[in-house]
Amino acid sequence: MFLAVEIDGAGAKPEAAARAAEAAGFALVTLADSPLPPPGGGSRVEAGVRAAFLARRTSRIGLAPTLHVTVTEPFHLATQLASLDHASLGRAGWVIGADNSAAALATIGGRPLTADGLRREVADVVDVARKLWDSWEDDAVIRDTGTGRFLDADRVHHVNYSGARFSITGPLITPRPPQGQVVVLGADTLGITGRLDVALVAAPALDEIADRAHQARTDGAPLVFAELDLSLGEDRPAGAEQPAGTDRSGGLDAVTSWGAPERLRYAGGEDGLRGLLDRLGGIVDGVRVHPTELDVDLPRLIAVTGPAPAGGPTLRETLGLARPVNQFATAR
Amino acid sequence: MPHLHLGVFFTGVGPQLLWTEPDFAAHTHIDTFIATVKTLERGLFDAFFLGEGLRVRENRGRVYDLDVAGRPDAITQLAALAAETERIGLVATQNTTYNFPADLARRLASLDLISGGRAGWNIVTTDNAWTGENFRNGGWLAHERRYERAGQFVEAAKALWAGGTVERHTDLVDFTATSTVPGTRPVLFQAGDSDGGRDLAARHADVVFSANTDYDKAVAYAADLRKRLASYGRSADSLRILPGASVVLGDTPAEAAEKARWIEREQTTGPRALAFLEQYWGKDLSGYDPDGPLPDIEPSDGELDPSRGTIPIEFRTGKLERIAGWRRLGLSIRETVVKVNPRHSSFVGTPGQIADEWARYVTTRAVDGFNILPQRLPGTVEDIVDKLVPELQERGVYRTAYEGTTLREHLELP
Repeated sequence: MFLAVEIDGAGAKPEAAARAAEAAGFALVTLADSPLPPPGGGSRVEAGVRAAFLARRTSRIGLAPTLHVTVTEPFHLATQLASLDHASLGRAGWVIGADNSAAALATIGGRPLTADGLRREVADVVDVARKLWDSWEDDAVIRDTGTGRFLDADRVHHVNYSGARFSITGPLITPRPPQGQVVVLGADTLGITGRLDVALVAAPALDEIADRAHQARTDGAPLVFAELDLSLGEDRPAGAEQPAGTDRSGGLDAVTSWGAPERLRYAGGEDGLRGLLDRLGGIVDGVRVHPTELDVDLPRLIAVTGPAPAGGPTLRETLGLARPVNQFATAR
Repeated sequence: MPHLHLGVFFTGVGPQLLWTEPDFAAHTHIDTFIATVKTLERGLFDAFFLGEGLRVRENRGRVYDLDVAGRPDAITQLAALAAETERIGLVATQNTTYNFPADLARRLASLDLISGGRAGWNIVTTDNAWTGENFRNGGWLAHERRYERAGQFVEAAKALWAGGTVERHTDLVDFTATSTVPGTRPVLFQAGDSDGGRDLAARHADVVFSANTDYDKAVAYAADLRKRLASYGRSADSLRILPGASVVLGDTPAEAAEKARWIEREQTTGPRALAFLEQYWGKDLSGYDPDGPLPDIEPSDGELDPSRGTIPIEFRTGKLERIAGWRRLGLSIRETVVKVNPRHSSFVGTPGQIADEWARYVTTRAVDGFNILPQRLPGTVEDIVDKLVPELQERGVYRTAYEGTTLREHLELP
């Protein structure tokens, strides 16, 4: 089973966490983000910047920043992620962010979208990013001294994309990423599951995760990861009190639900976690762990999962995802 | 004695960079960037700069295929390079038209924090609608208001860097945001040579690029800028002037001159000369011999195609008169283009000659340093660090070790 860990809690210097996860054979780290400051104050370095820095301090692990489609330019977003893939030699992922709060939108002078509008915007940004990543074919740079041509202009394409709220001519300014397409991860609730490489399922109970994982695969997601909140260790407080009658965990009494989004939660000892991961292994391809306290939970988690063989060299290879054929090359 | 401040401007596109050299280092590969910044850090450079161009250049509606092309997102790339270096400044060219102020301010502040105070922002105003076709609101900004937007944008960014909640509601800048990375101060660079550009520099910039490498022009430019600084209540020493410069080194003056001629010729190949004229003719000229006379057909009526992104504003009108003047030169196509679109290297000579010249520039405060545009990778960068830097050090006009850790400290800025 693939393991991912969210390392946003590591502040401005997330290097130690990423290296520890890499040494333990995790498939990737994710870096959450928001255009708003952390609720408790302090700094939140933009996730793309953190991931790019980590690209040169790690060598095998995947790096997936959250970039929000609602508060950025799709062209910049596609360029950032392609550049991350080049800088990491093929280890970039993208966790689709869709912050639609009034405060987030105000940072760009915008207003929240309707639910339909948001779903369409997410689909448009994913579609145009995928087109832009393909806008340079792999062999576009020819360096033909005979004719004086650096590029083959027939292999660098306008994308001419028209979405509901924007249009982009292209091509990208950056050559095709080493992976061809950056690995796209996103919640199964975004309404665009068929466009994802990895569907992230957040649900408070295993049976619901199983149902939604099945649905995500039916909708076309090649891989499904469960989201798991983790407080590991007998000494850890159980956290939010478990409301009566919400034990939908199939007997794992340490698995409780807490605030939105309702992710599976585990608070308890190592043996219980082993059991939970075994059961998850039967229904999903991987787990993204959200440690309650990164410094405490990550080392303990690694002690449970034990060392795993290093993946890579690209994130796609780690995840067993094929390098996609270029959509423009096939159209020619 | 004042010290020279040196940077390298890695443009990533254009005819400057000679890709035909057998040892040409793939200019989009991360390893080339890493090798370059490490060499520059060994040479105690102040900064490494990335250019910006948000649309791949075209010629008559097709992707322009004769020059190097392909570049990374600057801030992403510099964040990766921050992990590979300790001291060198990392400067991203970013425009104020097709970015959201709080978003860009945040990414620059993030680079500054993660690099330990080494970030810089080269402010440009790229406002053309052709580039805008890649953005949500292409062509929204009237050309004559670009510096007004830039001024409000930069002022808002500075407020966000200081920290706290910043609100702006004008017709040019409209947002409410709270700083997520408070307490940073990226160094501000400005390149515009127009009146509006110089004014923006005098108000906000820590460093200006200029095109004035000729000594007398550099002196006049410095005087003009220092006068403008005073009108904003800033001291003459609060701004560094670093003109962009190309350098050709040789073991003897004759060898350097020969190399410079060769580079100029390489930068204006026959196909490039034809493509240059096609911008003016608006027609396919590929059937013409670059070594033959100018095309015998008449140009199209339309004005110049801006899609190379390289034509100065004053060249965008009056093309028929200009072409008539070219015909009177009586030169071949390639000779005509070499003459009307010259690519002279700014400094040509032995390392000792150029060091003497630069020492004069800096001790008389005509400039504070240079921002070097490489023609060869990795050759130009290695030659300057290994041959020119020691000569400058010998003359006492270049540091022998980094004294500070931040870009602001390297530049001796307040």
